[in-house]
Amino acid sequence: MDKLKLIIKREFLAKVKNKSFIILTLLSPVLMVGLIMLIVFLNQKNSEDIKTIAYVDNSGLMASVLKDTEHTKYLDLHALGLEEAKAKTNEFYYGLIYIPKVDSLQQLEKNISFYSKESPSLSLVSSIESKLEKRIQNLRLEAMNFDLELLKSAETNVDFITENFEGKKSSKIGSILKMAAGGGFGYLIFMFIIIYGTSVMRSVIEEKTSRIIEVIISSVKPFQLMLGKIFGNALAGVLQFVIWMISAGFLLFIITLIFGPEATNMNGVQGVGVSTEMANQVQETANNDLQLVLAEMKNLPIMTLFFSFIIYFVGGYLIYSSIYAAIGAAVDSETDTQQFMMPVLMPLMIAIYVGFSVIENPHGPIAVGFSIFPLTSPIVMLMRIPFGVPWWQLVVSMVLLIITFLGMVWFAAKIYRVGILMYGKKPSYKELYKWLKY
Amino acid sequence: MENVLKVDGVSKSYGNFTALNNISIAVPKGSVFGLLGPNGAGKTSLIRIVNQITLPDSGKIYLDGEELKPDHVHQIGYLPEERGLYKSMKVGEQALYLAQLKGLSHSEAKKRLKMWFEKFDISDWWDKKIQELSKGMAQKVQFIVTVMHQPKLLIFDEPFSGFDPINANLIKDEILKLRDEGASIIFSTHRMESVEEMCEHIALINKSNKILDGKLSDIKLEFKENKFEVGLQCDNKEELFNEIKNKFIAEKSTNFNGSNLGMTIQLPQNEGSTGLIKFLNSKAQITHFTEIIPSANDIFLKAVANNG
Repeated sequence: MDKLKLIIKREFLAKVKNKSFIILTLLSPVLMVGLIMLIVFLNQKNSEDIKTIAYVDNSGLMASVLKDTEHTKYLDLHALGLEEAKAKTNEFYYGLIYIPKVDSLQQLEKNISFYSKESPSLSLVSSIESKLEKRIQNLRLEAMNFDLELLKSAETNVDFITENFEGKKSSKIGSILKMAAGGGFGYLIFMFIIIYGTSVMRSVIEEKTSRIIEVIISSVKPFQLMLGKIFGNALAGVLQFVIWMISAGFLLFIITLIFGPEATNMNGVQGVGVSTEMANQVQETANNDLQLVLAEMKNLPIMTLFFSFIIYFVGGYLIYSSIYAAIGAAVDSETDTQQFMMPVLMPLMIAIYVGFSVIENPHGPIAVGFSIFPLTSPIVMLMRIPFGVPWWQLVVSMVLLIITFLGMVWFAAKIYRVGILMYGKKPSYKELYKWLKY
Repeated sequence: MENVLKVDGVSKSYGNFTALNNISIAVPKGSVFGLLGPNGAGKTSLIRIVNQITLPDSGKIYLDGEELKPDHVHQIGYLPEERGLYKSMKVGEQALYLAQLKGLSHSEAKKRLKMWFEKFDISDWWDKKIQELSKGMAQKVQFIVTVMHQPKLLIFDEPFSGFDPINANLIKDEILKLRDEGASIIFSTHRMESVEEMCEHIALINKSNKILDGKLSDIKLEFKENKFEVGLQCDNKEELFNEIKNKFIAEKSTNFNGSNLGMTIQLPQNEGSTGLIKFLNSKAQITHFTEIIPSANDIFLKAVANNG
């Protein structure tokens, strides 16, 4: 036990004292916060950007709906005629809508053109199109003698109150929150496995190429050394994540203090320039949303999520890092690892990919299958848990995870034990199989 | 004499390849034991089994009378042929780490390391990284790490490779000093002149089998061929040589000190040398007469050739 402690300590210190580790640990939060600020800044820039769109309405029917909005200004160039308006738009404005004079409304819908230098954004086009569609529709209804006021009063908007059979209310925001919680945890495990699994592998290769391995294993069991490596690297990883969380939180806090809440609040940005009435409304819904979010957070199975995270995190990391250790032992240098990496990365990639479909359909057969299969369960199951998972699936998945983890550590230890003393040629899978029997 | 290590009928195979076939050796206490053999004979496999790095398929090993168990790693010091140190770790730190893995406490390890570093005059390396040291310097550190926990049994696999003659001598003296202090040493090497100098006992392994073992002096006697170096002083060299050739199997060789006729003479296996001396004495003045004792190198080559 003492030796294991010594090994863990050495591995931890070797990792933590490494220059690139220190730089990465200190720089990442700065980069992260910088990136967030950049996104906020660009978002702000984007929404400040007002596009001017000119129009030539020869029909005289459409001008009434082309009213200025927050990000778009409309300019009537009817007086210039089409050709001159085109020239002018080309020089000064974003785009030009041309509405020809036609005999009937039916013809109108097929003959409106939009000219612009660059191809216009899809959202802009569809927003203008829907305005014109609505107008033409109304004109037709009028022509058919419908009372538009009456029609408007009949308009309706359905918004489900979603509730499960135990009476728990949920909402779309809740779903988003569940996606975020599950996805966040799943992705965290994915990243951790890849970063620190590789780091375990490097550490094994280093001991092999520096030829210290034989000295070490004449003092300790190869299995102890492997476990020590796995735990030491994991501790360094946990430390790094904790530092990241704390310093990122701290930086965000400072930025909020300096620049005010707008800098970190994207909702606030979009609210600028709206009439006070609307602003109030936005504020109100925002408050409601906040309350809903808080309520939804309470609805999340936090304890289950927390404990499952720990179990899947530890289990998943141990399974994969022992495979990484075995790969490191089997080869002489990092360039030789390629052929063995693919089968390791594959299930991880599949897990992340399946994760997306889990969000669409958390209880479908794919989601259930991959959340039980032990090589993908650490990621997929965590993504499912916020949506509620039957306890038997959770139990089956965890039992399989633990069995696999024990089996994999045993298997990796065998490969490791033989591999660390083999130099020279890169082994084939067949040879690896033989090693199991040595 | 008591044995510090007894290997009893150890076999080991890797798949279809037999690395060790029913090997038994005994290493007497307080001696230097040469474990010899060509490349790939199985020496390293045997050493790894003694170090509990791998397990034997069959056979038993006893350290100081006790069957080998995990705790025994603290009583063995091993300098492998393939050796190195952590490149980016400080010399002192990793020496401390390795010593602690051998069961020393932190403070005890530090005390002994300081002592050894002073002895080898390398105290100012403590805070250096291995990558800043030369190969020979790193070897010194490895030697210290191997012996510092004062093990009963020391195993050196090619200890002199990478050392210049001065440092090789330094290490050799230290090894002999350790032996005098009571440690037993297994010494695996291809350098026969150092076997000659240091080993009291040897075992020779070839193609997974032990083909020879025992006291080096006994083995030498066993391998001598009843062959003699003779130097004579006489007037009629050619005549005398022909006369000798008629009676014995003789071959001319260089002239030895003060002689004008040098030769080697082979006697039949069971014949003593008295008759030969009498005969020579009656014919000429004998200035040189020695029985040829085979060197460790000759024994090695001959034994391996016979076995092959």
